[in-house]
Amino acid sequence: MRHQDRQGLSARAVLLACAAVLATALAAGSVIAADTTATLRKDDITSQKAPPPMARVENRDLKRARNYPEQPPTIPHQIRDYQIDRNVNKCLTCHSRTAVEQSQAPMVSVTHFMDRDGQVRGAVSPRRYFCLQCHVPQTDAKPLVGNTFRDVDAVIQEAIPGRKEN
Amino acid sequence: MALRDSIITLWKTLTGPARHFSLGFLTFGGFIAGIVFWGGFNTALELTNTETFCISCHEMRDNVYAELKSTIHYTNRSGVRATCPDCHVPHQWTDKIARKMQASKEVWGKIFGTISTRDKFLEKRLELAGHEWERLKANDSLECRNCHNFEFMDFTAQSKRAADHHARFLANREKTCIDCHKGIAHRLPDMAGIAK
Repeated sequence: MRHQDRQGLSARAVLLACAAVLATALAAGSVIAADTTATLRKDDITSQKAPPPMARVENRDLKRARNYPEQPPTIPHQIRDYQIDRNVNKCLTCHSRTAVEQSQAPMVSVTHFMDRDGQVRGAVSPRRYFCLQCHVPQTDAKPLVGNTFRDVDAVIQEAIPGRKEN
Repeated sequence: MALRDSIITLWKTLTGPARHFSLGFLTFGGFIAGIVFWGGFNTALELTNTETFCISCHEMRDNVYAELKSTIHYTNRSGVRATCPDCHVPHQWTDKIARKMQASKEVWGKIFGTISTRDKFLEKRLELAGHEWERLKANDSLECRNCHNFEFMDFTAQSKRAADHHARFLANREKTCIDCHKGIAHRLPDMAGIAK
């Protein structure tokens, strides 16, 4: 008898557990469906959204301000099909030390000629060879999430109200 | 001696006047035959001047054509496409024939499998690319200019640095298209030591 009882009890427990899991799953589903900030898709997770149009690369050739001094400058032009491999580095056809006289492009900074011991070499160091690891072009795509970044000047200004910006 | 006799007979037939055909038949017949043969020759020539013909060889299809496909001359917003002969074969007839005669070397290469594998192709790429650079340098980038006419360029619609460079180097003919625009349609070989 007792044995039977226990069995009945466990069956009921399993049933209850199943119901609970189902309820949670349903609830979670509705939460995900309603919560648009849960993903960057800005859409129901169960739907297949039409992709946004391709963003265009900004090609204005105007230097952009850096957000902090060590920021690698962003590329202000189109770089479609630029080849960077062991055969050739297309970026360096304008930005290399010897090319800038003709191209009037900014030369790759001297840090790029340093090896890991800080020794300046004659050519761009292999560890700095792949430009796009740090430098990237910008597109007109809208940011997916907001951003409250303030640069160091703004932060100092706020901390010391009397201080003038230089 | 029989051979010598038959050659003499043939020569006499060719140099003698026609015995059975009228002058009119020979004139108009020659005219029509000329159209047929000349037309046929040009049709065959044009047939070898198509992308389909070029990529019927795996050497072209798997190497240079595969690389072309992602570039602006193949995939772009306006749907204008430059195919192989647009850049690699002159459009003028005499130049075209000259180029086609040079291309007989390519037939030789095909038969003997000069670039029949990817490795062989990569090894030879600098030499082959060099031929094209030389050709375009010598004819002032004629095949580029067939579409990209300097006179028709709107500098205000170009990006700042493009307008600047075209004004400084192209306008005074100091440089020609290929000097700066190498590797725009195919991948580049090892460029170490090659003037940019």
